Amino acid sequence: MKPIIELRDVHKYYGEYHALRGISTDIRAGEFFSLLGPSGCGKTTLLRTIAGFEDVSQGTIHIDGNLMEGVPANRRPTNMVFQSYAIFPHLTVSENVGFGLRRDPRSKAEKARAVDEALEMVGLAGFGARAAHALSGGQRQRVALARALILKPKVLLLDEPLSALDKKLREQMQHELRHLQRHVGITFILVTHDQEEALIMSDRIAVMFEGGIAQLAPPQELYRRPVDRQVAEFIGVMNFLPATVSAPQGGEIACDVAGLGRVMIDAEQCPGGARPGEGSVGFRPETLTMLYEGEAAGEGGRGRVAEGMVAEVNYLGDMTYYAIRLDGIERPLTISMRNVVGRKVFEEGERARVAWDPGALVLFC
Amino acid sequence: MKEGTGFRIYAIIYLVFLYAPIFLLPLFAFNDSTIIAFPLSGFTTNWFSELMTIPALHGAVQTSLIIAVSTSILATCLGTFAARAATRYDFPGKAPIMGFIMLPLVLPEIIVAVSLLVVLLGIGIQLSAWTVILGHVLICTPFAIAILNSAFQSLDRSLEEAARDLGENRWATFWLVTFPLIMPGIISSLLISFTISLDEFIIAFFLTGTDPTLPVYIWSQLRFPTKLPSIMALGTILVALSITLLMIAEYFRRKGIQRTGGKETGGFL
Amino acid sequence: MDARTRWGRFLRSEAASGLILISPTAFYALLLLAVPLGAILVYSVLTDGYLEIIWAPTFANYIEAFGDELYRQVMFRSLFVSATVTLVTVLLAYPVAYYVSFHVAPQRKSLWLFLITIPFWTSYLIRVFLWKVILGFNGVVNTSLLTLGIIDEPLTFILYNVNAVVITLAHAYAPFAILPIFVALEKIDRPLLEAAQDLGESKLLAFWRVTLPLSMPGVVAAVLIVFIPTIGDYVTPQLVGGPEGRMIANVIQLQYLRLDNYPLGSALAASAMLIVTAVSLVFLYLNRRFLRVRQ
Repeated sequence: MKPIIELRDVHKYYGEYHALRGISTDIRAGEFFSLLGPSGCGKTTLLRTIAGFEDVSQGTIHIDGNLMEGVPANRRPTNMVFQSYAIFPHLTVSENVGFGLRRDPRSKAEKARAVDEALEMVGLAGFGARAAHALSGGQRQRVALARALILKPKVLLLDEPLSALDKKLREQMQHELRHLQRHVGITFILVTHDQEEALIMSDRIAVMFEGGIAQLAPPQELYRRPVDRQVAEFIGVMNFLPATVSAPQGGEIACDVAGLGRVMIDAEQCPGGARPGEGSVGFRPETLTMLYEGEAAGEGGRGRVAEGMVAEVNYLGDMTYYAIRLDGIERPLTISMRNVVGRKVFEEGERARVAWDPGALVLFC
Repeated sequence: MKEGTGFRIYAIIYLVFLYAPIFLLPLFAFNDSTIIAFPLSGFTTNWFSELMTIPALHGAVQTSLIIAVSTSILATCLGTFAARAATRYDFPGKAPIMGFIMLPLVLPEIIVAVSLLVVLLGIGIQLSAWTVILGHVLICTPFAIAILNSAFQSLDRSLEEAARDLGENRWATFWLVTFPLIMPGIISSLLISFTISLDEFIIAFFLTGTDPTLPVYIWSQLRFPTKLPSIMALGTILVALSITLLMIAEYFRRKGIQRTGGKETGGFL
Repeated sequence: MDARTRWGRFLRSEAASGLILISPTAFYALLLLAVPLGAILVYSVLTDGYLEIIWAPTFANYIEAFGDELYRQVMFRSLFVSATVTLVTVLLAYPVAYYVSFHVAPQRKSLWLFLITIPFWTSYLIRVFLWKVILGFNGVVNTSLLTLGIIDEPLTFILYNVNAVVITLAHAYAPFAILPIFVALEKIDRPLLEAAQDLGESKLLAFWRVTLPLSMPGVVAAVLIVFIPTIGDYVTPQLVGGPEGRMIANVIQLQYLRLDNYPLGSALAASAMLIVTAVSLVFLYLNRRFLRVRQ
């Protein structure tokens, strides 16, 4: 299947500043694609070059097979939802949503029907006559969505659309956006700095740092197999321990992990590629388990146990986060445990046993 | 004593002194005496009715109005271009160019007047209402730019980008989105330029042809003591007109801020 | 990228769009400001003939402008008047600006500013004329004081001299001074002052050590905004200055419209501009040197 967007070696300079460094990637038709990264990483710049608001200094962009060089924003098959929503304050909701239909040859009645359908699709049926400047943030965002989608673009671009909303509303909109994308079936490209948001909504995520794509993968793969420490640290929480890596032998790599001893690691647990020498292993807080009295390590025989002391307890209602200082390891590790009924919460200073699985480790060389 | 009371009293006294001379205008315009002095004699509207009978005055009013309207339109157009360029774009030489355009704000008007006179006569252009318009546009444009700068600045940039994203070209974007939203600023600029031109004396004095503007006419009457009361009446009308125009301008300025959801920063500057 | 793409890129670029947009206004200013100012400079070095101007470059006009006792006197008087007016105006304006910035509720501030600036927008000519009426021999001040019995004879020192010019100009330019100071005061972070007081300063000291220095850019702007236009004022000296109160603008006007001596008039105008610029630059330099306030 031909990708809907092809980026080849895209560079962007602002004077001396190198904002985009050789981005090459394909975005598939119908997918929910996210650009994730910290402020200044270039994700919004990339979005704007796709939209046509910025020129590329070097490289090419093809949308649906057509080269976009020299094509201005108003003639590209893309539409954008801006971070500030950019709702025209001097028009009503209907006039806003129907703005792009001005040069559409359909009759007035047909256009009015299309506007009503678009409003219904985003849950704003009946809001047509409202003045645009009298809307709440969430309502404005829906108007912006309706206004963009009514034009049936090939690609919908969203520039941090949820950052201005409060937490509850944001979570609700995340699910709604996902449903909307499935329903409408067009490609969505979302820019966000919130990794939770990207994980919830996306089919694939491109993590960007300093103008380049560090890793492009579906959420699960990104979370479980980050390609390097930077990506690992950006997505969720990760514990790191120094490790000495030996040469690979038949699909398995031997590592000496500080405080945990010798571990055999599968090649697929090293997505960045294995190299002998000094490196580090990482493991997510939920891959470690606090063991209670009498409990044994996980089945399958691969589980190992370490001992240590609880340094800090953070009770968050549904989860408890422990900082554990394992014997022989200086820095405390973070462990998260679901507060299942009957499970006790450890106290500071208590000794505890921790079960861990070598299969959960990620090796960074 | 509440904190700031001393200041408040001072500020009020200050305002009283600021307005005092202006309050004398209606006082003596309705005063039944040819001498402008206390004590007051009776009440009369003769001076106002006398104004209606002077053809030279009517001619001057007409000339002033034509000049003021032309000036306000031209200055606002030039100001719109410049303000948009200044707030939206970065281009080489921006600071010196803008500085030069705004220079008339700090130049003594006599310098502007004599320099224009010299050039226009040197080229051989006859002095007329048009030459006055040229001079007035020069000094009104910086004010127009100041007003329109803030109008453009409070306009969200992404509104224009959104319009383009939805398929409109630059021209349509301007008329459908930008223009309606800066309209209050445009009206303000028109009114302010109109008022400045109407009241301006020295440039008109130097550059006017056979048809004097209203201030130039007033100037010519000031040496005749018997005309003084009717000058007071005329002055009263002019001041009332200026204040009314300014209130309208202020109303539109505030309405503009409300419409685009901007913040009140306190005045034109 | 071929040449056509590069040209298309440039046309759509920010710099080109900006330049195209600013060009009408810029050209207007160029033709009607730069060229005339240049013409003044050119005329100032030419010679005045009987009915026309002789193309014979000379510095004679400048020598006369700077050398002639009369012109020197007028120039010094203009400087003196402007300086006095500036001092008086700015000093009186500061407390008003302070009041509106610190003691007026935010929603009322623009109302106060509006009230303060209204007189500025009314006819300058009428306002100056009103002062002539007020200060005259039979004017408002004298007849009131006579009627009230405070004086026996009308005061003569209040009109047709430098005093009248100073009073009138100070009144006319008051709003000019208030606005820049107000803007500068508004920019001061209120928590800064609270911090100063928290650290033990009295209110007066907090003003002296924090507010005043931080408002200096506004004061400097106010000084320039009042000084530069007042020195070139024509109407006030003409109406209320009398023979002793004439300023440089009156002399310039005389040369142009009465005596038809454009070269001398231009030399006077150019000299006046030069002196004003020099004084302003000296003021700015002294300011930077002794106050050391960075924006």
